[in-house]
Amino acid sequence: MAQEFRLPDLGEGLTEAELVSWSVEVGQSVELNQVIAEVETAKALVELPSPYAGVVEELLIPAGATVPVGTPLIRIATDSASDTPPTRTPVLVGYGPEAAAQSRRARPRAAATPEDTAPPEPVRPDASPAARLAARERGIDLTVVPGTGPSGAVTRHDVEEYAGSAAPRVAAGPSERETRTPVRGVRKQTAAAMVRSAFTAPHVTEFVTVDVTRSVELLERLRGRREFEGLSVTPLSIAAKAMIVALREHPDLNASWDEEHQEIVTKHYVDLGIAVATPRGLVVPHVREAQSLSLLELCRAITELTAIARSGKADPAQFTGGTISLTNVGVFGVDTGTPIINPGESAIVCLGSVSQRPWVHEGELAVRWVTTLSVSFDHRVVDGEQGSKFLSSVAAMLHDPVALLAQL
Amino acid sequence: MVDKIAYPVQLLQPDGRRVLRPEYTNLVRDIGPDELRALYEDLVVTRRIDVEATALQRQGELGLWAPMLGQEAAQVGSARALRPDDYAFVSYREHAVAYCRGVDPAEMTRMWRGTAHSGWDPHAVKVTNPAIVVGSQGLHATGYAMGAHLDGAEIATIAYFGDGATSQGDIAEALGFSMSFNAPVVFFCQNNQWAISEPVHLQSPVPIAQRAAGYGMPAVRVDGNDVLAVLAVTRQATQRAREGSGPTFIEAITYRMGPHTTSDDPTRYRSSAETAEWKARDPIDRMHRLLDWEGLLDGAFLTRVRTTADEIAARLRSGAVGAPTPPPLSVFDHVYASEHPLLEEERAEYAAYLAAVTDTEEALS
Repeated sequence: MAQEFRLPDLGEGLTEAELVSWSVEVGQSVELNQVIAEVETAKALVELPSPYAGVVEELLIPAGATVPVGTPLIRIATDSASDTPPTRTPVLVGYGPEAAAQSRRARPRAAATPEDTAPPEPVRPDASPAARLAARERGIDLTVVPGTGPSGAVTRHDVEEYAGSAAPRVAAGPSERETRTPVRGVRKQTAAAMVRSAFTAPHVTEFVTVDVTRSVELLERLRGRREFEGLSVTPLSIAAKAMIVALREHPDLNASWDEEHQEIVTKHYVDLGIAVATPRGLVVPHVREAQSLSLLELCRAITELTAIARSGKADPAQFTGGTISLTNVGVFGVDTGTPIINPGESAIVCLGSVSQRPWVHEGELAVRWVTTLSVSFDHRVVDGEQGSKFLSSVAAMLHDPVALLAQL
Repeated sequence: MVDKIAYPVQLLQPDGRRVLRPEYTNLVRDIGPDELRALYEDLVVTRRIDVEATALQRQGELGLWAPMLGQEAAQVGSARALRPDDYAFVSYREHAVAYCRGVDPAEMTRMWRGTAHSGWDPHAVKVTNPAIVVGSQGLHATGYAMGAHLDGAEIATIAYFGDGATSQGDIAEALGFSMSFNAPVVFFCQNNQWAISEPVHLQSPVPIAQRAAGYGMPAVRVDGNDVLAVLAVTRQATQRAREGSGPTFIEAITYRMGPHTTSDDPTRYRSSAETAEWKARDPIDRMHRLLDWEGLLDGAFLTRVRTTADEIAARLRSGAVGAPTPPPLSVFDHVYASEHPLLEEERAEYAAYLAAVTDTEEALS
């Protein structure tokens, strides 16, 4: 006989979950408690163990779908009829008196009906009183209405939906001219963080264009040294070091706004966020205690961190709790940008592309390596004066790395 | 009077070799080959119980479960130190304590499934039902111990709680009261390093056991993943209680290898490196290695243990899935020992509500 396993409430009143991946396929044998899928709720990423032993007949929803509690997930053909069929849909929590009222009557349920025996008896589907009234008024047979309520019960909304769907709808279903991508995972988090930041912190962005030829020459020489072998030695490395040094004189940018206590929290350490593009989206892992790292250690830390972030294996701690961030849009050949501050921080520096441009150098037109730096800062925490001084200090150190050296 | 907090007592290293600490080794001198095998079986069976119940929650059969994965030795070692008349007051994670006290596996899931207010008759097995309120059982244990003391009963009472509970007022009061009145109670703290997502160093900058010193209470730290050491220190502490020498505080250093409850995702707050470090100190692996060292492992024994574990897991599953759903109005039963007007009013209101829903449904169908 075939058994359906419905999405249970995995954590004290959750209403839906995303099926992240299936660990089994159709035709595969599964044992009792064998992991069949990984699902993610608002609270946790968990593995689902199979409640039945048998052969997978059908996967009822695709990986990546977010479905409400009670949705059938998988159908498993169990080999013996002696398996106790579930007397109820295994969904325990979160439905209050309605579910209790229904469970008082031992009524045959669709899920418990064996799929492959005898003609199905007419089953009175679970439905709320309001749904029954709505169905009666519209002359709709409740057994044909797909239920989305608790345990698959038909809700009033389902009846209305069903009634509405009888009329032809324009442009229903996917169209080839558009693709609809569900928002989840890193994209969802990024979106929430950006909206929160953009609408709570008043952003100010400033720019400076600077001749960085000497930094480019310095990088060339560093790359030739044995200890830097295999490390990523780029303008980002020097910009990161310059930022950290500049923060010593301008600690206001290395701070956070504590709304609850109405305090500005100035950090005496630098956890430097580096924006990294990964296959899963943008993540901002942090180099911890960056203020105590030498240039070599910093290069090593950034190289490792970006590799881990791209592999998707970073510890969650590395994604949270930075003090200031650096983003490098220059790698995409872009001059500059107006970055949005990471929530919880007060500033983010943006490094544009470093390219050869005509530049007035020592009174004459020359071909020089030039870049545009920008910084966005939270105007609640940082005033224009401090922000400007910080940016010009970073620019000065990139212009002449000797100025950076002098402060090490 | 207060012992200096020394290095945690350990009788069994993670690699399975014995450690000689005469003052504690002597306390478990009677544990021979058969007893060692029995302890191993307890560890394996209780882990199986825990895994089965966790799976049942994921399958929608239980509302919640608090896994104890990794804490088997702390619980089995301490529970096996108790005598039949001793009484255990537990939190919500002491499934192995319940098992060792003789609770039927089929009864363990009732409360978590919501089919009963309590899972088993506490007085029959001398272990309370799970206390969800953190730390409350410390006071209950102290009160029970005081009663036993006044009755002249030579028994020990043991209170189980976690590292987080030591920051609760209930535990602080229990420690103070029991010390003032010399209550025969053992405070058994399983320091599993995490109070949900709060690491133990936020509870206390000093070892948890050191908190007992403030009350003048003797305390001992023990390797909680070492079933023999836990057995030894708990035997010592319960004996002190029975003899009328007053309370003892035990800090069993262990690790919750799974989530706080099935609603929790520990990967959000702790690193995989930390989990791996504790995996190497797994209490069952350690016992397995000891038996191996001492030539006590054979195929027949391992098969028997596995079969026992499977049978108990199957009993737990059928006990959970087959439990009858109680009628809704029974929620009002057993709240008070005698009649209670407010409760009667609520019962009548709820009955009227249920009847109204039924009438509507029948009228419409």
